[in-house]
Amino acid sequence: MDAVWKYLPKMLEGAMVTVEITAISVLIGLIFAIPMALLRVSRNPLLWGPAYGFILYFRGTPLLVQIFLIYYGSGQFRVELEALGLWAFFREAWFCAVLSLTLNTTAYTAEILRGSIRSVPHGEVEAARSCGMMGWLLYRRIILPKAFRLALPAYSNEVVFLFQATSLVSIISLMDLTGVARVAAARSFAIYEIYIAAGAIYLIVTYGILYIFKKVEFRLSGHLRERVDNDLPVTTVLR
Amino acid sequence: MRRLISVLAAVLAVTFMTGAAQAGQKVKIGTEGAYPPFNSIDKDGKLVGFDIDIANALCDAAGFECEFVVQDWDGIIPGLLAKKYDAIIASMSITDERKEKVDFTNKYYNTPGKFFARKGSGLEVTPEGLKGKTIAVQRATTHENFLTDNYGSIVTVKSYATQDEAYLDIVSGRADAGIADSVAVMDGFLNTDQGKDFQFFGPDFTDPKWFGEGAGIAIRKGEGDLVNAFNAAIAKIRADGTYAKINAKYFDFDVYGK
Repeated sequence: MDAVWKYLPKMLEGAMVTVEITAISVLIGLIFAIPMALLRVSRNPLLWGPAYGFILYFRGTPLLVQIFLIYYGSGQFRVELEALGLWAFFREAWFCAVLSLTLNTTAYTAEILRGSIRSVPHGEVEAARSCGMMGWLLYRRIILPKAFRLALPAYSNEVVFLFQATSLVSIISLMDLTGVARVAAARSFAIYEIYIAAGAIYLIVTYGILYIFKKVEFRLSGHLRERVDNDLPVTTVLR
Repeated sequence: MRRLISVLAAVLAVTFMTGAAQAGQKVKIGTEGAYPPFNSIDKDGKLVGFDIDIANALCDAAGFECEFVVQDWDGIIPGLLAKKYDAIIASMSITDERKEKVDFTNKYYNTPGKFFARKGSGLEVTPEGLKGKTIAVQRATTHENFLTDNYGSIVTVKSYATQDEAYLDIVSGRADAGIADSVAVMDGFLNTDQGKDFQFFGPDFTDPKWFGEGAGIAIRKGEGDLVNAFNAAIAKIRADGTYAKINAKYFDFDVYGK
């Protein structure tokens, strides 16, 4: 137990790195995933082709391979990257980690959104069309809001998976929660204690994420819940 | 009843037989396989290196039937404690920290730790010379502890799962320098094509507080017979010239140390 108390401050610092990497990747990933999903549902092969290839690669290969490829792979092209002025970014393990995780979650999120765009009831689209909505307006007002609500449960899973997958970044020398735990376990030999503590921190954050999603889902599904009449005075209810 | 007695007899016999290390005993040896020239995996997927040759010689000398198990470095002591293997022969330094968890045989070699960096980098092993630099080191090694304890406040310590990954980042320039066992760096990096523009700097580090008495064989606590058997085997191969032969195959100087 002493080992846990000794390393706890460092582990919490590591947990901050983990949360930070997850938050940034999820945010950028979501922003990229929306156009990616729209390209993916397009009927034009020039539009859906590249999106399909991107999603195929990032869903079809292990995240660990993607991280190695971006981190150690970019090291091999230092001269070229320096010429482009990009080496300053690729030099940092932090940047490489966020880049790999962002690309990975973009692919998965785009696929989730594609599915939910496809499952927006046809009648609603038809009704919008008959009111004269077309193209971007139709997407912005009808399809995307509905698709986001449909995607939410699956998307909350993706965020939790990504959060847990960040444990892989310790392999490229980043001191995230797992990275700190590995150093602490190796130095103190308190293997069980350290990893159980690390696991507990992951668990708490995971349930924090799920709680936030639950709240968001509750808010977005107001129109589906039974109406409660709030105007009745309390006394009436009691009687 | 007779059957019960024979079962009991068999159980007792097995109990006593496993009590002492003896000839023909099967011993599983844990090693890392990513620390050339001491232990690495060649292009055919076979374990090779100084540690492996020494391990085979020791097993011959002790009459053990040995089998190798490859295990990542930062899980190598937990793996021993979890009985995935019975001994670690993987250039593990004998340190007080590790002695709290495992027993060690006598050393079978001892070489100093040393810093290395790109030629012409002008780095010096002083608080000013290293200030603000990023130093690559393998996780869970004596070198990592030495670096963190002595220079942790002035340098950025970058820890890698294997020494090979540390070399990759030193070549790509993500780390300014590295610290590791001098012989491992010499043969595994400086004498290779990718390491030809790099060199050692600073003194040899041998302080037993961090680097221990040298590399020994780690064995679970309470298995003194196995420790004794390996110690006898080390003495035997030192005396009969087997050690010198293996030493000469890899190095042109004596790695056993003083």
